[in-house]
Amino acid sequence: MKKKQGFGLLAKQKAAGWGFLAPASLLIFIMSFYPMVKAFITSLQTGPAAKLAWAEPIFKNYTRMVNDKVFLTAMGNTFLYLLIQVPIMLILAILLAQLLNNKDLKFRGLFRTLIFLPCATALVSYSLIFKTLFANEGLINSFLRGLGIIQENVNWLGQSDTAKAVIIIALLWRWTGYNMVFFLAGLQNIEYSVYEAANIDGASGWKTFWHITVPLLRPVIVMTGIMSINGTLQLFDESVNLTNGGPANATITMSHYIYNNALGQGVANFGYASALSFIVFIMVAILAFINLKVGDTRD
Amino acid sequence: MTERTSRKPAVSHIQRKLIPSYIFLTIMSLISVFPLYWMFTAATNTSLEVAQGKIWFGSNLAENYRNLIDGQNLWQAMGNSFFYAFVQTLATLLICSLAGYGFELYHDKGKDKLFAVLLLAMMVPQVATLIPLFTMVSKMKMLNTVWAFIIPGLATPFMIMMFRQNSRNFPIDTMEAARIDGLSEVGIFFRMYFPMMKSTYAASAVIVFMNSWNAYMWPRTVMKGNTVQTMPMLIANMSNGYAVDYGMLMLGVLFCSLPTIIVFFVLQKQFAEGITGSVK
Repeated sequence: MKKKQGFGLLAKQKAAGWGFLAPASLLIFIMSFYPMVKAFITSLQTGPAAKLAWAEPIFKNYTRMVNDKVFLTAMGNTFLYLLIQVPIMLILAILLAQLLNNKDLKFRGLFRTLIFLPCATALVSYSLIFKTLFANEGLINSFLRGLGIIQENVNWLGQSDTAKAVIIIALLWRWTGYNMVFFLAGLQNIEYSVYEAANIDGASGWKTFWHITVPLLRPVIVMTGIMSINGTLQLFDESVNLTNGGPANATITMSHYIYNNALGQGVANFGYASALSFIVFIMVAILAFINLKVGDTRD
Repeated sequence: MTERTSRKPAVSHIQRKLIPSYIFLTIMSLISVFPLYWMFTAATNTSLEVAQGKIWFGSNLAENYRNLIDGQNLWQAMGNSFFYAFVQTLATLLICSLAGYGFELYHDKGKDKLFAVLLLAMMVPQVATLIPLFTMVSKMKMLNTVWAFIIPGLATPFMIMMFRQNSRNFPIDTMEAARIDGLSEVGIFFRMYFPMMKSTYAASAVIVFMNSWNAYMWPRTVMKGNTVQTMPMLIANMSNGYAVDYGMLMLGVLFCSLPTIIVFFVLQKQFAEGITGSVK
């Protein structure tokens, strides 16, 4: 009798455990996994949104990409942002964290707060701030003219190379402090005595940085790396609001192009947009996997 | 005496070695602050003054404000953004903390496996789920309602992980004691777990609030029309015209940024804990 009651209690506890995690788990299945499967199925279909039919041949949407110049440009742009912005940002963030981790430094809290501040601004907000700063009649141009560096206004957002550069600068501004906070948290787990020992051994600042800080922060670097890659592959707000993808699609990102195909002006092409988004999913997965493997080589 | 004199030069020697650090950090701080400082000043200047590169406060704030409320549903959008972000924060915290609690404190092999599967959702790009979710929400007749806004963000692997990691500090012994005292499983969660995890809730609340205040792609998709739009949508639309009034635009951007900047300054510690919290 007593035993049975004990079993009943345990079963109740077990059920309670499942009950607690059920709502969130179901929501993730309904809001992430099911749409992903749905997106794949839709990617094999063509036609207007109301009456999608199986594509003929079935992978038509995928083969179409190969010749889609705008998509190839969008992919190139996204990877350009990734390859230039992410490494600069992460190195800068580690460097800042390393400098701020010095116990002898004064005003550490103030510096930290100010450098961390940009990530309090909405993505749309900072996109518009940078759009205005770099406008033809904008502060950057009048500043450079005042210094005599340029004679005529530079059309920053109207030329392909400079527009890309502005996006990269804006991204660096917004996200460096954000990543720095991760590295500061990581550095707090490293014994300060390690640095003191290096100092006594006469290691220079750069040597300490490359040979002590970077290796010890490896797990944090892998994590911030994955987050940054994931974020960059999904860039949307900046492309839409800072340059609107222009001039002539020169700065458009993959997410922006997919959005235009799915819900932008003109014909909604759900099938093709889904195929494109499925490719982005595969890219995110592959890059995250590579990053994890590379981060693991030590053991 | 000798000790004091020998120590003093050592300190200033250290500080002298730090001069490059001070210079570098000062430059980085100025770069970080300047665009936001400039946003504040631009909001008080005329469009022409902004274009001419004025970087000090002007006297056109009232005019900019009048133009802004004449042309835009500013306070409606502010109210919408607050309302959506508030509902999102409450609902997401409840659902994700329940899950984090369940995964950590009732854990067994099956639940651990399920958790590993849920983490895969982190790799799902937002733009990939956009069309299916849009179709789903419109079929459920939820377009232009707060439900459409909050539904995709109710459960995220990040937030579940946040609560799961932090639940490790929750003592299992007290649960046993509470059970013997006759508290139900749900009672333990609300009466014991919830009060003890206040700091985790605070950090998570800051993150969820900021993310939903700043959300753009999804609201733009499901919240059509002037009466339901959010602040980021409002300022994005403002900048689309041909003759943009920069002073007015920057005032709009200021309104959109101010709540999150205030949250940042007041709750910076929680914010930092929130973004790094799930990776301890």
